[in-house]
Amino acid sequence: MYKILAREDFSDVTFLLEVHYPMLAKAAKPGQFVIVMVHADGERIPLTIADFSVERGTITLVVQAVGKTTREMQQTCKVGTALYAVVGPMGMPSHVGERKKVACVGGGLGVAPVYPQARAFKQRGAYVIGIIGFRNKDLIFWEDKFASVCDELIICTDDGSAGIKGLVTDGIAKAIEVHPDIEEVIAIGPPVMMKFCADATRPHDIKTMVSLNPIMVDGTGMCGGCRVSVGGEMKFCCVDGPDFDGHQVDFDELMSRLARFKGEEREALERWTRNENCRLMGEEPHPSG
Amino acid sequence: MPAARQWYELMPVKRTDKTPMPQRDATDRAQDFDEVNEGYCFAHAMFEAERCLRCQDPVCMEGCPVRIPISEFVHAIAAGDLPRAASILRTANPLPAICGRVCPQESQCELKCHMAKRFGPVAVGHLERFVADWERSQPLGESPPPPWQSARIAVVGSGPAGLVCAGQLARQGYPVTVYEALHAPGGVLRYGIPEFRLPNAILDWEIDALKRLGVEFINNVIIGKTIALDDLFDRHGFSAVFIGTGAGLPKFLGIPGENLNGVYSANEFLTRINLMQAFQFPEADTPLKVGKRVAVIGSGNTAMDAVRSARRMGAEQALVVYRRSEAEMTARVEEYHHAIEEGVKFHWLTNPVEVIGDDDGWVTGLKSLRMELGEPDESGRARPVPIEGSEFVFPVDNVVLSIGTTPNPLLAKTTPGLATHSWGGLVVDEQKGETSRRRVYAGGDAVTGAATVILAAGAGKSAAEAIHQDLSAGL
Repeated sequence: MYKILAREDFSDVTFLLEVHYPMLAKAAKPGQFVIVMVHADGERIPLTIADFSVERGTITLVVQAVGKTTREMQQTCKVGTALYAVVGPMGMPSHVGERKKVACVGGGLGVAPVYPQARAFKQRGAYVIGIIGFRNKDLIFWEDKFASVCDELIICTDDGSAGIKGLVTDGIAKAIEVHPDIEEVIAIGPPVMMKFCADATRPHDIKTMVSLNPIMVDGTGMCGGCRVSVGGEMKFCCVDGPDFDGHQVDFDELMSRLARFKGEEREALERWTRNENCRLMGEEPHPSG
Repeated sequence: MPAARQWYELMPVKRTDKTPMPQRDATDRAQDFDEVNEGYCFAHAMFEAERCLRCQDPVCMEGCPVRIPISEFVHAIAAGDLPRAASILRTANPLPAICGRVCPQESQCELKCHMAKRFGPVAVGHLERFVADWERSQPLGESPPPPWQSARIAVVGSGPAGLVCAGQLARQGYPVTVYEALHAPGGVLRYGIPEFRLPNAILDWEIDALKRLGVEFINNVIIGKTIALDDLFDRHGFSAVFIGTGAGLPKFLGIPGENLNGVYSANEFLTRINLMQAFQFPEADTPLKVGKRVAVIGSGNTAMDAVRSARRMGAEQALVVYRRSEAEMTARVEEYHHAIEEGVKFHWLTNPVEVIGDDDGWVTGLKSLRMELGEPDESGRARPVPIEGSEFVFPVDNVVLSIGTTPNPLLAKTTPGLATHSWGGLVVDEQKGETSRRRVYAGGDAVTGAATVILAAGAGKSAAEAIHQDLSAGL
């Protein structure tokens, strides 16, 4: 169960895992997510389903190694190994409506989850403008994959090493300038990016859907840890989301809530890094961590 | 020559009082999550069982939601026949070790006990626990035969209702598969009730016993998401389904500040500790940030579990804030006493109106109003009315909301034709527990809303009987 069939490293922090779970692959729809545990003492972390294949019985996850759990995954999740637990598909599928023209915006890791939506819009006959942003040229992944489902593709890098120099919001501004008839924008990436994407489309009154990534435990509506304010109402991201109208989301609250275990996260990562260094040196990990 | 004294007359306790449960020192136990109650020894149990009046009309049984023949098992203990006591108990209640620990006996069997009219009631709960713990210490018998029925049954959810339903059906020879959404089975017994009240080892033993009966457990599957309910019949070949998905959805108060950092639902707070073992952080990866001062809102068992867990997680001040009075508290009285012993402070007739935070979004206080009791409300309890101008602030670092839960709508929302009440509970036929869908049965909190382990166990048991009858009759 939950065996890793393929892995691809996009950069020294971003990697892709193809995980075998036929029942889940059959049930998955674009926009949904899974919860993953690396080992019995691990955290339950939500990851968006970036792709799925019923034939292969697999789901694809794209992971950025930023914290203890994801660093550990980068280290231990090799082809042939298995995850401790995978459960899903969770959340409501993205609503891919009848649209003539849409922009699909992915920032960094967000490029992965926005891809199946871009593909779905393309399949339904929409004119799809892809806007993907990375910090620099080396971090770019899925450019070709994205290009194959887009009518236009705008690449943005912070340092201008590829595409246009600037943020995805600059890409959005450029796209709206050329295509004032964009009916919907789908933006997935770090919360601050989604916040600014929503701000960029608000004056043009273009519907903007975002996919939120709050801290959650069970993912079935039980803990309420993932609650977000949308249009002044409390929503549980795990069951009501993860897609919400970006113009209604209280991003500042979301970002504040995302930081609520910052200290503990840092402590866990430092402890893991120390132990990892010990292991590399062939020493026993220090008992105090 | 004076008559020889009975051995129990030598015991250093009065026969009029309930034999006290040996328990760990309050200061010690508030440091860890090990079990508080140590359990009766054989002498305690014999002595306590002897206190039973052997009433002609054992009314204790009427107080029991699953009608355990209490006097019979108590007499078996008094006669020193523990195997018989265990077999009587287990036939009536498949989860005695759990119910002996978590049932609100004082409002059920022990309330009815004739001894309770003048003295302390017979400690039925402590005796139930004693017998079940003894049974667990015995070597396992021969393996039961593999399932012999052809109809396969799916059980959705592995909480008390699901476990009991699975066990009863397995004993009738059915191959049973239990699906659990989390990564470990047990439902609320695993994620909700802390180990200082119900150690995981006991839950694991009960689950292993079911596995020995041939019950298959599949974790990490959400029925309604991973597998549609209809596919359980169509693709997976089950003949009947029992839904025991509980009442897992936390309620919030709707007061300002509930989304501040440091506010948890009791479900999140307890799940991080119990299921995810956050008290072992950083050995276990899941953190839980608990400050020096924690306020828990509510007065049920979950509130007691949360506030006592807060103490164990290092809170120096742990308080319970409840808008009604002590008389309306819904927690088991033993948990209430344990909480007081462990230094928890109770603020009755205090209604929280706002969670106050700092500029960084962290909780700093809980603004509340003093209340007084007025006329009875629709629930028959005196309605708490705010005292004007009584507003004040508890300075706290965390607020834990324990004001109830409702059934999880996930399965009903994804299953066509599965009828629910407006408040979310599944509609069932009262006799059989059958839902609006043929061959789909339900029981426990998913039907009743948040209630007790024993009621869920009872519902699981009667649904198992109904499933067996319907399948045998080819209905």
